[in-house]
Amino acid sequence: MASNKKYWKSEAELNPNDSIVEALRNNEFTEEIPVDEFLGDKENLSASNTSRRDFLKYVGFSTAAATVAACEGPVHKSIPYVVQPDNIVPGVANYYATTIADGFDFASILVKTREGRPIKIENNTDAKVNGSANARVQASVLTLYDSKRVQGPMANGEPVEWKVLDATMKAKLNALKGSSKQVVLLTQTHASPSTAKLISEFKATYGDNVNHVVYDAISEDAALNAYSKAYGERALADYDFEKAGLIVSFGADFLGDWQGGGYDSGYAKGRVPRNGKMSRHVQLEANMSLTGANADKRYPMTPTQQKIALAKLYGKLNGSNVGGGTSDVDEAVDKVAAEIKKAGSKAVVVSGLNDENAQTVVLAINKLLGSEAFDADKPKYVRQGDVAKVNKLIADMNAGRVGALIMDGVNPAYTLPNADEFLAGLGQVDVSVDFAFNNDETAQASTYVAAASHYLESWGDAEFKKGEFSLMQPAIRELFDTKQFQTALLTWMGVEKTYYEYIKETWSADVLQGGSWNKALQDGVFAAPFVALEVDKGTVAETASEEEVRPEIVPIASAIRSLVNSTSSGTELVLYSKTGMGDGRQANNPWLQEFPDPISRVSWDNYLTVSKADAESWGLENSIEADGGVNGSYVKLTVDGKVLENVPVIIQPGQAVGTVGLSYGYGKKAGMQGEMATGVNAYTLYSNFSDVQSVIVEKTGGEHEFACIQSHKTLMGRGDIIKETTLEIFNTKDHAEWNPMPHVTLNHNEIPVTSPDADLWEEFDRSVGHHFNLSIDLNACTGCGACVIACHAENNVPVVGKAEMRRSRDMHWLRIDRYYSSEETFEEDNEKKENMDGLWGDQGSLGGFREMEDPSANPQVAFQPVMCQHCNHAPCETVCPVAATSHGRQGQNHMAYNRCVGTRYCANNCPYKVRRFNWFLYNNNDEFDFNMNNDLGKMVINPDVNVRSRGVMEKCSMCIQMTQKTILDAKRDGRVIKDGEFQTACSAACSSGAMVFGDINDHDSKVAELKNDDRMYHLLEHVGTKPNVFYHVKVRNTNEA
Amino acid sequence: MKKVLYRHLFSKVLGLTLLLFSSSFYAQEEAEAATDPAAEQTAEAVDGDPVKGKQLFNQNCAACHSLDRKMTGPALANVETRLAEDEGLDKEWIYAWIKNSPAVISSGDAYANKIYAEYNQAAMTPFPTLSNEDIDDILAYTAAPPKAPAQAAGATPAGGEGSGGSSSGISNEMILGALALVFGLLVIMLILVNKTLRRIAEANGVVLEKEKEKRLPIWKAFVQNQFLVLVTVVFLLLGSAYFAYGYLMQVGVDQGYAPVQPIHFSHKIHAGDNGVDCKYCHSSARVSKTSGIPSLNVCMNCHKSIYEYTGSPEGPSAEDLAAGHTNEFYTGEIKKLYKAVGWDEENQSYTGNTQPVEWVRIHNLPDFAYFNHSQHVSVAGVDCQTCHGPVEEMEIVEQHAPLTMGWCINCHRETNVKVQGNAYYEAIHEELSKKYGVEELTAAMMGGLECGKCHY
Repeated sequence: MASNKKYWKSEAELNPNDSIVEALRNNEFTEEIPVDEFLGDKENLSASNTSRRDFLKYVGFSTAAATVAACEGPVHKSIPYVVQPDNIVPGVANYYATTIADGFDFASILVKTREGRPIKIENNTDAKVNGSANARVQASVLTLYDSKRVQGPMANGEPVEWKVLDATMKAKLNALKGSSKQVVLLTQTHASPSTAKLISEFKATYGDNVNHVVYDAISEDAALNAYSKAYGERALADYDFEKAGLIVSFGADFLGDWQGGGYDSGYAKGRVPRNGKMSRHVQLEANMSLTGANADKRYPMTPTQQKIALAKLYGKLNGSNVGGGTSDVDEAVDKVAAEIKKAGSKAVVVSGLNDENAQTVVLAINKLLGSEAFDADKPKYVRQGDVAKVNKLIADMNAGRVGALIMDGVNPAYTLPNADEFLAGLGQVDVSVDFAFNNDETAQASTYVAAASHYLESWGDAEFKKGEFSLMQPAIRELFDTKQFQTALLTWMGVEKTYYEYIKETWSADVLQGGSWNKALQDGVFAAPFVALEVDKGTVAETASEEEVRPEIVPIASAIRSLVNSTSSGTELVLYSKTGMGDGRQANNPWLQEFPDPISRVSWDNYLTVSKADAESWGLENSIEADGGVNGSYVKLTVDGKVLENVPVIIQPGQAVGTVGLSYGYGKKAGMQGEMATGVNAYTLYSNFSDVQSVIVEKTGGEHEFACIQSHKTLMGRGDIIKETTLEIFNTKDHAEWNPMPHVTLNHNEIPVTSPDADLWEEFDRSVGHHFNLSIDLNACTGCGACVIACHAENNVPVVGKAEMRRSRDMHWLRIDRYYSSEETFEEDNEKKENMDGLWGDQGSLGGFREMEDPSANPQVAFQPVMCQHCNHAPCETVCPVAATSHGRQGQNHMAYNRCVGTRYCANNCPYKVRRFNWFLYNNNDEFDFNMNNDLGKMVINPDVNVRSRGVMEKCSMCIQMTQKTILDAKRDGRVIKDGEFQTACSAACSSGAMVFGDINDHDSKVAELKNDDRMYHLLEHVGTKPNVFYHVKVRNTNEA
Repeated sequence: MKKVLYRHLFSKVLGLTLLLFSSSFYAQEEAEAATDPAAEQTAEAVDGDPVKGKQLFNQNCAACHSLDRKMTGPALANVETRLAEDEGLDKEWIYAWIKNSPAVISSGDAYANKIYAEYNQAAMTPFPTLSNEDIDDILAYTAAPPKAPAQAAGATPAGGEGSGGSSSGISNEMILGALALVFGLLVIMLILVNKTLRRIAEANGVVLEKEKEKRLPIWKAFVQNQFLVLVTVVFLLLGSAYFAYGYLMQVGVDQGYAPVQPIHFSHKIHAGDNGVDCKYCHSSARVSKTSGIPSLNVCMNCHKSIYEYTGSPEGPSAEDLAAGHTNEFYTGEIKKLYKAVGWDEENQSYTGNTQPVEWVRIHNLPDFAYFNHSQHVSVAGVDCQTCHGPVEEMEIVEQHAPLTMGWCINCHRETNVKVQGNAYYEAIHEELSKKYGVEELTAAMMGGLECGKCHY
C-alpha cells in the first residue's frame, strides 16, 4: 500500500510532459550553475599557480597584517579656531529664529546650529501664524547641504564671476531703460514687505517697462481672484479651525498644502474632546487626502459633484432653490446643510476647488454663517501667483517683447504645463537670469545662472498674514559663491547697501512702529501692535462696503448657476501635492524621497491613485511579491492630447469612483542626483493651471516596483492596536466600556493584565528620579509626518534608498502606521469579528478574515505613530545574548551599539517591530550615495548622536541625548526641572500637540495628567510589556445633526 | 711582563675616573663664577627706588609697555632721559601725562598729540592714583632696571656658553660609560686572575679536583619526569594566556600617549610655574561637553605682552636643559604662536594671515562613548587632575588615565555625588538616601552605571 503512494515535489511533476521533471531527475538544478562566472574562465584558472598553500599564506598574512594594523591607534588632529566667535562654544548648540519662505512653504522656525552649522529645524512657538514646521521644512536643513547645488554664477554653462554678471546686467538694464521691450521679474511668492518695496524701487530705477510677475507652481489663482473680488485685495482668507465646531471641506486638503498650509495645529486643538465637545469634520473629496483621512465623515465625490454639491448647499443655507445638476449628491447635501444650520456661526466651509465660482460661493457661505473660524479681515499673503500675468508673459516672450527676464525661486521649464512654449519664448528673450538653487531645467536654458543662496544663508522678511511679520536671518555664511536675489537687485540698482540694511530700514520705517529691531530679530516674529486699530478701520470700511456688496447677489447667482451646471466628460484627473514632496522644489532631498507618504505609505515615487472599482474595470492591479514588495500596473495618461507614459498605479481606498489622482513634484531630471530622479512629472498635465483634468487612462504592459513599507492595510478588527470610540459613547459611558483593560486567565480566573499577579517579572522601583513617558493622542495626530523627519535629523538616521525600502529595510526610528477599515467604519470591523462563528459559512472566520484584509471603498482611516515603546518589561532585553539592550531607571530602553553583535533576536522578540537593523554601512558607502556619503551632506549630522555602523541593531532612544542635556542644564544651574522642558525630537516637532513628553514622577506635569486620563491605553496591552509610550483612544464625532 | 701590564691598566682606569670627576666639578665652578658679575650690577641707583619701581611698573604699566620694545605703548627704557634730551620735556610733563594723558592731549601739547596719533589714537589710561614719588620710582626702574640674582643665575648658564648647557647631559652619559668600562675591566681582571692562579697551581703540581661522577643531566631528568613536564606545560600555557590577555586588553589603551605637538606648549610653565587656572584657557569645560582647545585669541590675551620667555624663578632644571628647553627655545615657540595667529610684533597689529594650529589630540574617546566635561567639572566639581593627572607638572602632556570603561565605572562606583546646594538634587537625594539607607550617594546609585547614560 505504502509503496503505491506517490510523493511529488512540485506542481510541475503532475504534468508528465514537463521537461523540468526530466531535467530534475538527473540534475539538482534545472539549469547548469554558472560556476565559471565567479571563478573566471577555466584557462586562466589553470594557468595561474596559486596553490592551496599559497592561498593559506595570503590569508594568514593578511589576517596578521590587519591585526597588527588595528593595534596602532590613528592620530587625530584638533584644530581650534584662530579667533573664536564669542557666541560659539564648541559642543553647545545655538538657536536662531528665522523664517522659511521658499515660495511654497512658509513658516517661522528656529534653527539649531552646532559650531556654526545648522543641523536641525524646530518650531518657533512664539509665532502666531505658521509657527510650525512641516515635514518639508524640517527636511529643508538638508537641502542647504545639497551636493547638486549651483556653486557659483554661470554664463551659458561656464563659470563666471559675479562682477561680470553684475556689470552685464547693469548695462543691459540701462540699455533697456525706456525701450519698448519689457524687463520682467518672474518670482515666487515672497510675501515679503521689503522685497515688494525693493521691486517697486527697481521699477522706479529702470522705468515703466519693468514688470513683476508672481508665479506659484501650484496655483491658488481661483481663491485669490475670488477674495480679490469680494474684498478688494489679492490675498487668501484665513481660517482658525480651533474655533470651528463643524468643518465642511469641499476638496480642501487644509492639513496638507491647501492655500499655503499651516492649519494643522489649530485644527488639532479643536479635535481633542474637552468637556465632552470636539469639532466635527465633514470632507467631500475625490482623492484620499490627509485631511479626508482625518475626517469624521468623508464623502468621496468627483470635483464636478463637489461643485454641484457646493452650489446646492448654498441654496439650502440661503433658502433659495437651486435646481439642476445631478441628484446623486442630494442626500449628502441635505445632511451637511442640516448640520451646518445646527452649528450656525460655529460652522465653517472651505474648498480646494480651483474654480473662482466655487471660491466665491465659499466666501459667501462663511459670511452668511458669520463663521467664527473665518477671518477675512486679516488675510494671508502666502500665495500670490497670478495665472493671467504668467500667461501674458509667455505670450510676450514668444512675441519678442521681453528684453530681460530675471527669475527667482521658480522653475517654469519644469513646473509649467506649457514648458515648451516657455522655453521657446526664453529663446526670444535677449538676456535671462535665473536665480537657481540647482542647475535645473530653467537654469540650463537661461543665459545666466545666478547661484542662489539657501534661506538659511539669506536675510529676509515676510508677512504671512496681515500684521504678522517675521524675519529671516542667515544661520551660516554662504557655503558657496552665491547671492540672494534681493542683494543682486540692490547691486543692479546701484544702491550701496546690503539687503540686511535695507530690511532694517524698511522695518524701522514701516513695520516696527517704535518696536525694537533686535527684539524682533531675536524672536523672529513681530506682530504689529497697532493692527487692532487698523482692523477696526478696516471692518468699518468693510461694513460700509458690505451694503454695497449685498446687491451683488447677482454674481453669486451666476456663480451658483455655473457650478450647478458643471459637467464632466469621462474620468477626472485630480492633481495634488504630496505631504513629502510638495511642489517638488526639494526633490533632491533624500530624506523627503525616503519619507513614506502618510496615506499610501509609498516612498521614492509618485503614482496614479485609482479607486478599486475603476481598477477592476481597467484591469489594473497591485500585487505583493514574494519579497514583500508591492508591484503595480503601468498606465498611459492622455489629457487633451498630452501623453504621460508609464505612470504606475496604486489602488487607493477612498478614491472617488470616476477620478484618479496624481501628485506634483516628481519626474524632475535636471540638476538632480540620479537616485533622486524618480516618478513622473504631473505638471505636464496641469493644463490652464487647473488641477482637475479630463483624462483617458489606458493600461500598458509591465509592472512597477514600489517601495511601499506597509503592504498590510487593514486592522482586521484588532481593537487593541487602535482603540476607537464615538463621541456619544465617550460622553455617556464609563471608560471601562470603551477603553477596557484586557484580561488574562490566572488559575481559571480572569484578572486584568496589569495586575502584579499576571507578571512574570519583578517590578522595578521607578518612583525615584525621572520617569519619562510619551503620550500620543490619536485624536490630535493628523499623520503629517513632521516627527518622522525631525527624528531623522536628530538621530542621524541613514537613508537606505529605494531598493532597500522595498525590502522593508527602512531605518526610520519612528513610523506612522496607517490603517483602513474594511467595513465602512472600524466599529463595524470589530462587530464583524465578534460575530464570527465557526470556520466556514457566512460568518465563518476563514472567509471573514479574508474579507477583512481588503479595505472598504470608502474606509475610515487611522494614523498611529509607532516608535520604540520603551517597555518596562521589555521582551527585547531578555533575549539579548550580550546585554546590549538594557533598561534605564528613567524608563528608557537603552541600546549600546558598541556592545551589539547583531544577532537580531531582539527585533524578532519585539511585538511592536520598532527595531531597525543596519544591514549595510550606510555612511561612506558609494552604494548608498546619499547625504552621509559626501562631506557636504555630513554637515547635517548631529554630533551628539552616534552614527551607527553595519551589523548593529538600532532603535528609538527616546532622545536620551535630549533628556540628558535637559538634566545636565538643570544640574549646572542648580534648579528643579520645570514641566515642558523635557522634549524628544518628535514631541518638539509635533505642532498639533498630539505628542507630549515628560516626567510622570513630576505629578503636576501634563504627561502625568494625560497618563491618568480615561482615554489612555497602551499598544498591545495584553502582552504585558508595560510600555512607557501610551496612546489616547481616538474619539470620532459621529453626531450627525 | 704581566705584572707591568696590570699596573699599566690600573693607572689608566684611575686616570679616566679622575678626569671624569674633575670635568663635572669644572662645570659647577663655571656656573658659580658666572653669578658674580650679575651681583655687582645691582649697586647702581638714581633718585627713586628702582626695586619699588619695578613692582609698580609690573602692576600698572607692564600690560601695555615694555622697557626695550614697542608694545601697545612705546618702549620705556630711559624714557626720562630720552624725553629730556630729544623733546625737551621735563619730569612735570611726565607727571601730567601719566596722571591724565587725555587732558594733556586736549591741551594741544605737540608731543602728546604726536604720540597719540602714532599709537592708533588710543589714549593712555590715566593713573591719578600714582603719586609723584611713585612715578619717580618707576622712572628710576626704567632708567636702570635691577636684576634679581636668581634670575641672572638661571639665565646665564642657559644663555651664556653653549657648552655649559650641554655639558651636564654629556657628563651623565660619560659617568654611565665609565662605570660600564670599569665593570668590564673588573670582569676581565677576574678572568685573568683565575687563569693566572690556575697556571700557578699547575706549575706547583696541585691537581685540581676533577669533575664528580657523571650524573644524569638535569634536562634529561626533567624530560623523563612526565609529571613535571605536564605541570610545566600547564603553567606555561597559563602564563602565556595571562600575558596574551594582558597584551590584548591594552590594545587601544593609550595611557602615556604623549605626542609631539606643532607648538611646544608647556603646561608646566603655564599651569605650574605661573599658576594659570586650567579653565582660564579650557573655558568651555564649564559649560560644554568638550573642554575645548583654546583658540589662539585666548593665547594672545597674555602673549600680546609676554613675547619672550625669561625662565622660571628657580632656573631651568637639568632635565629641561637636557631636552634643549632653553629660554630661546621657548621664545621661539611664542614666535610660532605669533605666526599662527598672524601677529606682527613690529607694528603690534594683526596681519590677518592666520594658520590654524593642528594640535595632535591626546585624549581620544571613541565616538560611541559620550562624555561631558561640564557634568564633571561644573556639576560634580571634579578636579581636572583626577583624570588628567598632574598636568601642571607636565612639560609635555600625556594621557594620564587609561580611559577604559572599567576606569570610568570604577570612579562612578566610588565617587559621591556633590548634592549640597544644588536644588536639582534635593528631592532625588532625599528619596534615594532613604532607599539605600545611606547619607552620601555615589554616581552609581544615581544611575551612573546605566548603559544609555554614556552610549547613545
